[in-house]
Amino acid sequence: MTDSGMFGARGTGDTSGYSGLVRTPASTGSSERPYGSYFDEVADDLERAYPEFSQAIERVVVDRGELTLHVKREKLVEVAMILRDSLKFEMCMGVSGVHYPERTDREFSAVYPLLSLTNNRRIRLEVSVADADAHIPSLVEVWAGNNWHERETFDMFGIIFDGHPGLTRILMPDDWQGHPQRKDYALGGIAVEYKGATTPPPSDRRSYK
Amino acid sequence: MTTFDPYAPSRDTTEGTVFSVTGGDWDSLIQEIGSTKEERVVVNMGPQHPSTHGVLRLILELEGETVTEVRCGIGYLHTGIEKNMEFRNWTQGTTFVTRMDYLSPLFNETAYCLAVEKLLGITDDVPERASVIRVMMMELNRISSHMVALGTGALELGAITPMFFAFREREIVLDIFEMISGLRMNMAYIRPGGVQQDLPEGAIPKIRDAVTTMRKNFKDNTTLLVGNSIWLKRTQGIGYLDLAGATTLGITGPVLRSTGLPWDLRKVQPYCGYENYNFDVITADTCDVYGRFLIRMNELEQSLRIIEQALDKLEKLEGAPVMVSDKKIAWPAQLALGSDGLGNSLNHIREIMGTSMESLIHHFKLVTEGFHVPAGQAYVAIESPRGELGASVVSDGGTRPYRVHFREPSFNNLQATAAMSEGGMIADIIGAVASIDPVMGGVDR
Repeated sequence: MTDSGMFGARGTGDTSGYSGLVRTPASTGSSERPYGSYFDEVADDLERAYPEFSQAIERVVVDRGELTLHVKREKLVEVAMILRDSLKFEMCMGVSGVHYPERTDREFSAVYPLLSLTNNRRIRLEVSVADADAHIPSLVEVWAGNNWHERETFDMFGIIFDGHPGLTRILMPDDWQGHPQRKDYALGGIAVEYKGATTPPPSDRRSYK
Repeated sequence: MTTFDPYAPSRDTTEGTVFSVTGGDWDSLIQEIGSTKEERVVVNMGPQHPSTHGVLRLILELEGETVTEVRCGIGYLHTGIEKNMEFRNWTQGTTFVTRMDYLSPLFNETAYCLAVEKLLGITDDVPERASVIRVMMMELNRISSHMVALGTGALELGAITPMFFAFREREIVLDIFEMISGLRMNMAYIRPGGVQQDLPEGAIPKIRDAVTTMRKNFKDNTTLLVGNSIWLKRTQGIGYLDLAGATTLGITGPVLRSTGLPWDLRKVQPYCGYENYNFDVITADTCDVYGRFLIRMNELEQSLRIIEQALDKLEKLEGAPVMVSDKKIAWPAQLALGSDGLGNSLNHIREIMGTSMESLIHHFKLVTEGFHVPAGQAYVAIESPRGELGASVVSDGGTRPYRVHFREPSFNNLQATAAMSEGGMIADIIGAVASIDPVMGGVDR
């Protein structure tokens, strides 16, 4: 994403000064108990079933009615197993990668939404790794359905899921260079001319952010 | 004249000498070749194949007609929708997501808009009329989507007539979509905060007529297929997947309900006010293609029931707003079809062009820059015709999505192809894939 657009705008791109654009960084702290809803019960159950809770879970965040457990990647498979077997989160709804280039040494996040059919609950696991060491243990052994989702995240971000049975590209062609969903990967596109006027490709248009 | 040649015995005929190059010890030699166990044939099926349900490539390993291994090749319809959305504002995102699973565009839009609304914290501010319209449109869409699933599924197994009936019904639904949104597909009708515009005049009676017609017409396909002995032979016991298999593979939707589990997000985790409607969750306990077919057939009637209740609610909510009242979010939604054939609101144009400079500035900023969404992430799941459609949306506080990821039920459920088909006959793969009902636009995004 470029900061300069078709009018040469720098910074936020807001040239009006009207709305005083302020970007609030995403929260980095842990939430305080009580978390509300069934989240306290989930956290208690997990602590009981998993004695290493405090070492494995970096942060517990409750935001917008959703519980996120930030897990250390070394402990991810253990935590996932306990969540599946003891807390009855039978389904993992895949994995979604996010690239935060400005977060040094934690550039990539892998987000796993979990669903419990037994208790009708949802939580989310999040693992963050550095760009230079983008390895996360695979959860295919725990939830077989994560197979394609991990391949997609590898394809789009280049995160390597160690232990995956066949980590190959899935959406892009096999010989594709680069990983398209990274923020440093250009969107591409060409300018379109119509009756003398030229519309630049979307990534080069005036940006507001 | 003829000398004995050990490699090609010959005999004299009236036509001349005939050499025979067979014989010798070659017969015993080729017997050795035939006795090895390795007799696998790898067959490529698709991506351009009339019965793979779209641009799906199947790589099959066969032993005779028995399938020993199935692999899916996907990605032929990858269009980078998730990446593109990061370069457009939040409202423009609806025009992208609607094109993912092109048979259920309104579900894609609703999942995305519910996630954006959750990030904005305006979930409870969405007007009731907008939610009811969303529900009605989604259920109409469920009918049109199930119609394609049933019609093409039957066609792929060799039954042509059900397809004609199914597409006749789908046409009725698409006409309603055209009347309401102006488009038959990819309508970007549902927007963050509500819907693009209110129902046009006379829409409710027309939809009521359509419901009556469809309820009558559905019987045509029911009488053709339910209990039909050929259909039963092609579908019963085929594509078996039980609850344990479905759970580990993350399978949802009709495939999960065919294992007997009544898991329907409209009931268990209601959204858009689904808790206020009476309908049944349809299940089957056969775990096979026939069970999934019956579920889709019976869900049509449940959708009609929901539509009727939605129409009753809409009559009571006549004139109520269809967009949040917050003008920092709501796009000018009071559009009307002008004499020039464009969806303009003349009053709105008169105001911004003629009377109020502030309104013009506001309109310009809202439409070009868009609104800001507080930083954070949200996951919203809804019950699409194919299962759990989840929208993972991340905002960094800007006017564009930082990351949007769709958990597509087609993408996930297609993984079950191998579990359903390996060990069966090659012809039954078609039935198994059709019962998953993957839409490749959704699989590849």
